[in-house]
Amino acid sequence: MSMPNIIEKRNKLVALSLAIIALISFSSMMQAQTIGLGTPISESQLQGFDLIAPPNGSGYPDGSGTAVQGKVIFDRRCAACHAMDGSGTSGNTRLVGGNMQSAERPIRTVGSYWPHASTLFDYVRRAMPADAPKSLSGSEVYQVIAYVLFLNGIVDDSMVLNKDSIMDIDMPNKDGFIDSSQAL
Amino acid sequence: MSDKDLEKVAGNGLINRRSDIDLEKVAGNGLINRRHLLGLGLAGAGSLASSSLLAADAGLNLEIPGWSKQPGANANGYGTRSRFTENIQRMSGAPNPLYPGGGASRSPLHELQGSITPNSLHFERHHAGIPDIDPAQHKLVIHGLVRQPLVFSYEDLLRYPMVSKIYFLECSGNSGSLFGPNPADGTAQSLHGLVSGAEWTGIPLSTLLDEAGVEPEARWINAVGADAASMGRSIPLNRAMDDVMLALYQNGEPVRPAQGYPMRLFVPGCEGNISVKWLTQIKLSTEPTHFRDETSKYTDTRLDRKSLQFTFPMGTKSVITSPSGKMKLERQGVYQVTGIAWSGRGSIRRVEVSADGGRSWADAMIESHQSEKALARFRIPWQWNGGSAVLQSRATDSQGNVQPSRTSLVTEKGNISTYHYHGIQSWAVNTAGDVANVYA
Ligand code: HEC
Repeated sequence: MSMPNIIEKRNKLVALSLAIIALISFSSMMQAQTIGLGTPISESQLQGFDLIAPPNGSGYPDGSGTAVQGKVIFDRRCAACHAMDGSGTSGNTRLVGGNMQSAERPIRTVGSYWPHASTLFDYVRRAMPADAPKSLSGSEVYQVIAYVLFLNGIVDDSMVLNKDSIMDIDMPNKDGFIDSSQAL
Repeated sequence: MSDKDLEKVAGNGLINRRSDIDLEKVAGNGLINRRHLLGLGLAGAGSLASSSLLAADAGLNLEIPGWSKQPGANANGYGTRSRFTENIQRMSGAPNPLYPGGGASRSPLHELQGSITPNSLHFERHHAGIPDIDPAQHKLVIHGLVRQPLVFSYEDLLRYPMVSKIYFLECSGNSGSLFGPNPADGTAQSLHGLVSGAEWTGIPLSTLLDEAGVEPEARWINAVGADAASMGRSIPLNRAMDDVMLALYQNGEPVRPAQGYPMRLFVPGCEGNISVKWLTQIKLSTEPTHFRDETSKYTDTRLDRKSLQFTFPMGTKSVITSPSGKMKLERQGVYQVTGIAWSGRGSIRRVEVSADGGRSWADAMIESHQSEKALARFRIPWQWNGGSAVLQSRATDSQGNVQPSRTSLVTEKGNISTYHYHGIQSWAVNTAGDVANVYA
């Protein structure tokens, strides 16, 4: 092998390894390069912000109450739109009655249709009363939804609703749903 | 034009001679080969507007109009449309004090062309009104089953790499009245106006989820808006990591308040409600939240009384937007039948049109630039000779899904729930030229 050839080979090797080094450092740079503009925050800082109340019991506040207490709130804060007996003032506001197995077209309400009591807590806390959402305390939400459940014959009027007892409520249509989220 | 079209024309063989144009009939009751779309001049063209007499007939001599003789208005900071088109409006219900801020407005499909809806005419659906959000105060939080919970400001987000895509957006309840036993006397707008098309620009959601670091046990994202209803929806993580974006721009401008300013989720092809507007929270979890709008509403009760939950993709669908409900054909002659087609599962591969209530069909021309999960504009010429007709369109998507007839859709799904209607629309034309919604 002649000298120039060796030198040429060595040069090629050097060039190659330089290229590899460049490639490695570029790709590690790319990896570090999630843009990274998000500011870290802790779950405890989100306690007043996160209103998600799922069926597994996480995220519920302290406080408690009964349907008897809830009736007072309902009459004052809800009945104008949902009627005193929860029968509603229009299509979307009926809160009581119905039967999924009825011969005629079923009327679907909290009582007849909703699969989880947790949804009632989650929704009333975030969205109701519609003219002043998020104005009820945790205890007021437990009380007023206890009354809605009572109107539907699901709890009795002395049942104390709180973050533990709400997990024990069996909704009449709890087995009525099929998860289609992975259907194409 | 493909060989197939030629075959079709030859196969049908019907050639009708009318004035100086050869109109090749490709299906019953006057449908003309789509390749005549460009060739047809005004001669023989019917008019949807009030009968406009030809200038010669009216004894008019053309003169230079006044606006050609004086300088017009100056350029200005924010555009407005012609005062002669101000009648093109969305259609919305009266405000309801018992449903503050709740309601919808529908796009004037019958007055629009192409496949992009102007932002000011894009349909709306709000559950508690349109919040007036200061972007400097708005926060987007990603937390739950992530390595590091993060909060993003609007300014932070504007610095991320973005993508732009053209997509349709359709409310799950669009066309829902057609599940009813009797056909409503409506227009394309009142019956089907909860669909629009736009170019959306934003950050792939996966970029932000990756930055927070998704924990292996996470299966769902729970997305919440900053409106008064704090509207929430749960979306499976595999879909959220796919083509979902955090949309910041619509048709080139910052997303408007009614569409989620300063930011919304955009889930292509899926029922509009899951594209949560005014997005402020994404929480990762093993299970969905079962929000009210994925249990009480936006669920599909079947005839056996079981209800399907999380039915996201919108069906393969098309609607003729002209001629359409409550229009009037003023004169006999050639009309351009046109409409929009879309599918939540792919792009539109074919649209067929019938003028005889589905007995025979002809292929309509589809604009060539069609993309996945976007509106496709279709057109076909049709000669109306003053007889009665039933106009229909039938879409086929890139997955081979064919739009069903109303009867087969309602027979299969029942009408306990009225979401996800995508049956074939029938517009009847009577001998007086009145166009009406019918079940055929
Ligand atoms: C200003 C009128 C108004 C008031 C006051 C009001 N609501 Fe509502 N409520 C509505 C409307 C309207 C809806 C339907 C909202 C929608 O569809 O987006 C609704 C929906 C609901 C639902 C869900 C019904 C369903 O089947 O999906 C519940 C539960 C509910 N309200 C409970 C309450 C409670 C409890 C109160 C009192 C604390 C209350 N509401 C006060 C107007 C009101």
